[in-house]
This record gives sequence, structure tokens and C-alpha cells, in this order.
Amino acid sequence: MADAIKIENLKKSFRLGFIPKTREILKGISFSVKEGEIFGYLGPNGAGKTTTIKCLLGLIFPDAGTIEIFGQPHLSTRARQALGFLPENPYFYDYLTASEFLAFYADLFGLPRDEKEKRIARLLKLVGLERAASLRLRKFSRGMLQRVGLAQALINDPKLVILDEPLGGMDPLGRKEIRDIIVRFREEGKTVFFTSHILQDIEMICDHVAIIVGGRVVKQGALQDLVSEKVLFTEMTVSGVPPEAFRGLGQSLSTQGDRVFLKILEQGRVDDVLALVRERKGQVVSLSPRTETLEDIFVETVTGT
Amino acid sequence: MKIGAIAGITFKEAKRDRILYLLFFFAAVAILASRVLAILTVGDRVKIIKDVGLASISIFGVLMAVLIGTSLVYKEIDKKTIFTLLAKPLHRAEFILGKFFGLVLTLLVMTAGMSLIFLAIVYLHTFRIEWTMLVAVAYIFLELVLITAVAILFSSFSTPILSSIFSLAFYLIGHLSWGLELLIKKMQAGAGRTAAQFLYTFLPDLENFNFKTEVVHNLPIPAGIFVYSFFYGIFYTAFILGLAILVFRRRDFI
Repeated sequence: MADAIKIENLKKSFRLGFIPKTREILKGISFSVKEGEIFGYLGPNGAGKTTTIKCLLGLIFPDAGTIEIFGQPHLSTRARQALGFLPENPYFYDYLTASEFLAFYADLFGLPRDEKEKRIARLLKLVGLERAASLRLRKFSRGMLQRVGLAQALINDPKLVILDEPLGGMDPLGRKEIRDIIVRFREEGKTVFFTSHILQDIEMICDHVAIIVGGRVVKQGALQDLVSEKVLFTEMTVSGVPPEAFRGLGQSLSTQGDRVFLKILEQGRVDDVLALVRERKGQVVSLSPRTETLEDIFVETVTGT
Repeated sequence: MKIGAIAGITFKEAKRDRILYLLFFFAAVAILASRVLAILTVGDRVKIIKDVGLASISIFGVLMAVLIGTSLVYKEIDKKTIFTLLAKPLHRAEFILGKFFGLVLTLLVMTAGMSLIFLAIVYLHTFRIEWTMLVAVAYIFLELVLITAVAILFSSFSTPILSSIFSLAFYLIGHLSWGLELLIKKMQAGAGRTAAQFLYTFLPDLENFNFKTEVVHNLPIPAGIFVYSFFYGIFYTAFILGLAILVFRRRDFI
């Protein structure tokens, strides 16, 4: 089975400014995305995420390197037929209604009229905009634009969906809905490539991730391989015991009323703290071990490079 | 099909542009005002009305082509709507051609509107519909088609203000280049004449589309000139569109 996306040694520089100065944005990016997986592409602002996507879509031409989509050169019509794309901060023709807008994109794929109407109705329902079908995009909120943007990305029933910050500007409920839609894509056998600043979202739904910093992929792999199960520390909230009692066992971070919030770095000390609370007739309000998260890896990777 | 879809959306967008209606309004005012000018003039009043009317259609048509044409492609890039379009199986050439045909359709509707007002005014004076006027209008339209291609060419790599200046300069040069032809005839053979000839070959000669005098004064026009002007317009437009596609094909959309 061919990779959905295969990028090898991708390089791109721009000459910008009044006195042109060359800025190397991508310094040899290589990674591949397997068919049917959800791939998270992370990096700080200006790392080259959007530039990579623009190269992938043929909006900019790389200086060096190759890009293949399902084994086809990325600029070929066959590769494009299988692709759906939602840009960051999407802006669309605001004088069109949601239905007219989707019909226009359907025409670019040459969909027959019946199929077009059916698909538009289905997609508007999928993104929760069936009531706004005849509303002009000018009146849409940012979250609604994001949804209609997602609908246009799916108009050709693509095998590969590329989403640039799809969860930006959404309220928590909207984010959950979009996350659910992305997970459903995987069930339908679609491949999803997406960038996000919201690491918890990536952690929740991605199979593979790549972290890009300064135009280079510095870490990539399956999420479970990157994030270890190791407990970093334990957070505990205790009541009825004064904070001084925990000296030497854990860090007392804050107190609220008779509640003490503790951070216990050594796992072996957790039992000692529990014993102490029992002995002093106190009460454990909460206890949560903190394992390594994607955010920890991200911060460690970005600050380390 | 894809070109048709882009053209349709361009037509929808262009017809929402207020500049279009403002220019149409002024064109209508100018055509109607030709009556006033005719009253003030000694001689054949109807000829003045025809002259001013045709000139108004031409000038306001060019302004429509330039002011709308120069912002069409730029707006798509500036507002980033082009990102989702070019991510679809759409060639950049199809995008440029779609934009071009969309604007040509807009200009066709506008020229038809202006012509209707013009023919009505002429009818009020002569009590007959002068269909021969439409010959001049048809060639004015052909000129507008060429100017549209020029506006789109500049719009594919420059800002609307600069593109408008460049396109209007093209229009002016095009209407003055016949002077160069005169100069060539009067020059002696040599490097200067070769250079002038070379320049004349590449510069547009928009006077090829000017049949206003012949039509107004009922002068005969040889069929050969009609055919030449027609093909001149078609080939020059195709050449300019080809250039626009070449420029656009290599562009990075940052």
C-alpha cells in the first residue's frame, strides 16, 4: 500500500523584503503519512507547518525535494482528485450562500447535478449547518466559516484530508464536534493530515505525529512510542492536615482553607503521604498521577533545539 | 466546465461591484448629455450624438475593464480564497481563463446596456434604429476584451493601483501608436527606422478597433479591414492571456 503522503528532503527559501534577503523556511523535511491514519503536524509559530502544506498543495514550488500523494506526483490531477483541504482562517466568497458556495466547489470536480445536491445536503448536516444553508457567508461567525470550510474540503469525498488549524476559533463544543468528525474519517478509511496548536486535541485523536522546529522535523513517530507511560509526579489535594506536616514528603504548592495542594515528585513518597493523612485523621480530596503528555515532549523538543 | 464555474463566480462577484454601476451611471449620463452638446454645436446634431455616445461606451467600458479586471485576481490572492481553489484539480491556466471569461461576460452585459441607451437616444432623433452603430460597438467590445486580458495580466503579479496605471498606459499607448506608423513612413531607412518598426510590431495598435468615424459618417469599410481587425484582436488577446498564464503558473502564493 502506497503512503498517503511521502515527502523527501523538502527545501524552500523565500526572498523577502525591499532589499531581498533569502530566508530558508524548510531545510530538508522528510516524513511519510500512512493510509488511513490521523497524522498530527506540530510546531511553534513560524516553524514551517503552513509552508509544508502549501508545497503539498502546489501553492508554492519547493526548491528541492519530492512530494508524492498516494504514489502520484503531488501536482498531478489524479493526486488532487483524492485531496480535500481546509486552510487556516478560511475566507470564502462572502456574497454566496453556504449551498451556492458548496455547489461552486462541486462544479470544480464536475459532479453531476443529482449527486451534487445530495452531497451538499449531507455535508451541511455533517458540519451542523443545515439550518444556515441559505444564509450568506458574510453573516457567518468564525466557527461557522470553519465548518463550511470543512464541508468544502469534503465535497469530493477525498481519501486524504489536509486541515490547517481546523480547531482554531471554535468553542469547546464545536471543537469536540470537529474532533469527532475527524475520528469518523479514520473509521471511513480516510487519511487525515492536520496541524494544530491545541496539543490536547492532537493527543486525543492522532496516531502519528511529527514535530517541526526551524524548518526541520526534529521528532516523529507513533504517539504511543513518543509519550511514555512513566509517571512524572503525583498531584494530591488533602484536607484536615496542616501544610507543615508534609515537609520532606512533597512540595506544598498552595493552601485554600484547610485544603493543601501537594506535588509529590518521588512516587515512593505517595504511600508515606497517604499514611500521614490517615494517621492525622485527614482526608484525601484528590490524587492524580501525571504521566508524560505530548505537551511535555513538545516543550522539551522546542526548547531543546 | 471548470472554466465555466470560475467564470460564473467571477460574473457574480463583478456584478456586485459598485464601481461597475457608478461607471454605468456616468456612461448613461454622458450618452444622454450628448443631446445638450448637440444643441450647442453648429452642424449635424445627430453626428455629434453618435460621436459622443460611441466615445462614452468606449471610455467607460475601458474603465470598467481596468478597474474591475485589475482587482479580480489580486483579491483572490489577497483574501486567500485562491488557496482552496488551487488545491482542487484546477490548473492555474483554467483559473486565469475563468476569471477572463467571467469579466468578458460582465462587460458584454454592460456594453449591451450602454448600447441600448445609445440606440434609444439616436432613435429619438432619427426615428429609426441604426443597426450599423452596432458594428462600431462590436469592435469597441473586442477592444474591451483585449484590455481585460491586459488588466488580468498585470493583476496576476501586481497591486490593483499599479495594474490600473499599467493597463491605462497600455490603452493610451495603443491609441497613440499609429503615430509611430506615420513616423516609419517618413523616416529614412536605417537603424532608427528598424527600431521604430520593431517597436511598432510589439506595441498594441488599438486604432484597429476604431470604426467610429466610418460608422458615424457612413463611410465604406473594406471587408479586409474588418477581418484583419477581428483577428488582430483575437490573437493579441490570446498572446496577452498566454503571458498572464505563464506569469501565474510560476507564482508562489505565500
